[in-house]
Amino acid sequence: MSSLVNILLQGVLLGALYALFAMGQSLVFGVMRLTNTAHGDFIVLLVFVLFVLTNWAHIPLWAAVPLLIAIAFGAGYAVQYTILNRVSGRDPLPSLVVTFGLSIVIQNVLQEVFSADPRSLATGGFESMSVALPGGIALGLLPLLTLAVTVAATLGLQWLFGHTPLGRAFRATSDDREIVQLMGVSPRRTFALAMSIAFVLIALAATLYAMRTAVSPSDGPALLLYAFEAVIIGGMGSFWGTFLGGIALGIAQQAGFYFDPGWGIWLGHVLFLALLTVRPQGLLPKTA
Amino acid sequence: MPVILETHGLTAFYGDFQALFGIDVTVNRGEVIALIGSNGAGKSTFLKALAGLLRAPAQQIVYKGEPVGGMAAARIVGKGIALVPEGRRLFASLSVEENLLLGAYCSRPGRWRLDTVYALFPVLKERRHHPATALSGGQQQMVALGRALMSNPELLMCDEISLGLAPVIVREIYAALPSIVADGMSAIVVEQDVQLARRVSKRFYCFQEGRVSLSGASAEVSDEAITQAYFGAVS
Repeated sequence: MSSLVNILLQGVLLGALYALFAMGQSLVFGVMRLTNTAHGDFIVLLVFVLFVLTNWAHIPLWAAVPLLIAIAFGAGYAVQYTILNRVSGRDPLPSLVVTFGLSIVIQNVLQEVFSADPRSLATGGFESMSVALPGGIALGLLPLLTLAVTVAATLGLQWLFGHTPLGRAFRATSDDREIVQLMGVSPRRTFALAMSIAFVLIALAATLYAMRTAVSPSDGPALLLYAFEAVIIGGMGSFWGTFLGGIALGIAQQAGFYFDPGWGIWLGHVLFLALLTVRPQGLLPKTA
Repeated sequence: MPVILETHGLTAFYGDFQALFGIDVTVNRGEVIALIGSNGAGKSTFLKALAGLLRAPAQQIVYKGEPVGGMAAARIVGKGIALVPEGRRLFASLSVEENLLLGAYCSRPGRWRLDTVYALFPVLKERRHHPATALSGGQQQMVALGRALMSNPELLMCDEISLGLAPVIVREIYAALPSIVADGMSAIVVEQDVQLARRVSKRFYCFQEGRVSLSGASAEVSDEAITQAYFGAVS
């Protein structure tokens, strides 16, 4: 009984990180139907930007994270406005090719500059702190923080999309990018803002990921896979769906790890394929 | 009466296909203009060019003395030109009220706010939380018109408001027009129903194959002249 509870709790905590990976992907797909295959590499890239800020520029972590978020906001805007806007059309193929290219460029530049070695972020032992629950269950403080950040991000995105002028502009641009211009909304700028927000989510994910484990320049595609799986399990374009998708993936992996340490990642993929067969529209298919 | 909008030999293209061949239209402040003509005559193209959805040389469209041809559509609406597009084109994932609020995105000041639009079309207030595309055709057209009004335009352009609607609904919507333009707003109305178009407008332009084939005062022109300009050779 206690091990079942433990699998569920640890699965939720692991899944929260996957959900955070996926949140930016879900946002970008929902607003501009852009499938960003460089998403995982953007996470890794921002991890290395954080390394540069903390280890090379010696900025303390509490100051480096807000700085990273500001950099991410600007970088997201620039990437979308200068590059991805040119390929964000009705045809999904050009954007797939361009983001795939970006993925290769980012991986190779990072390897060239930082070598292939994995690096981790010094957190002063925070990553190994935990609270003990009855029944011998221990919950890590860092995973709990991750869960809190993910829930806050999901709530924030739901509020932004449902109750603000910008959110209305996002949804309307997704519906009809020609007519929305008649309302004074510039699709190019709206898309760039959506990517800015996606990059802020990526920055948060990158920070929590780097605090948790060592990261190497070629880790991006694996992260992209988790993000993809969470988005598709949850249902395209809905933030609570994406949240649920990440949690489901985390629980499946945690259950796999319980039976055999080699089974964790595998069982996650099995769940993904099973859901794709049984319920291809995802758990919560309605667009936010 | 001061001129609010003038086009000078306006041309427009869809790729290599030329749709407008030198259109000269003048709209005075507070005036309702009707554009009539058969399908494919260039009426919708003309409105799209004015709204900025189609590129045009700057000097060919002059609005309040400023050349605005080729300006981005998202900027045009901020200057006070609003288009009710053909086929309504409401945002499906937004509610009625959200569609209206999006119309106010450029936040131009004026008398059109949620409450004044709801006063004009009370049925929209009852259904304000419904998805916009779940409404009847006539109600959807009211949303499209209200959405354009929310930008507080000085020039309102309506593209085939009657398209696909029952005559009684069309009359109901057009009945709102006099009160809309009462405070000096100008309007360009594209309409298939020539009699209706003449009744609501002061002057008209008849388009044929991308050119103006006839223009004049709506009350004075003879039916024969319009028939000729609508179907026949350019006189």
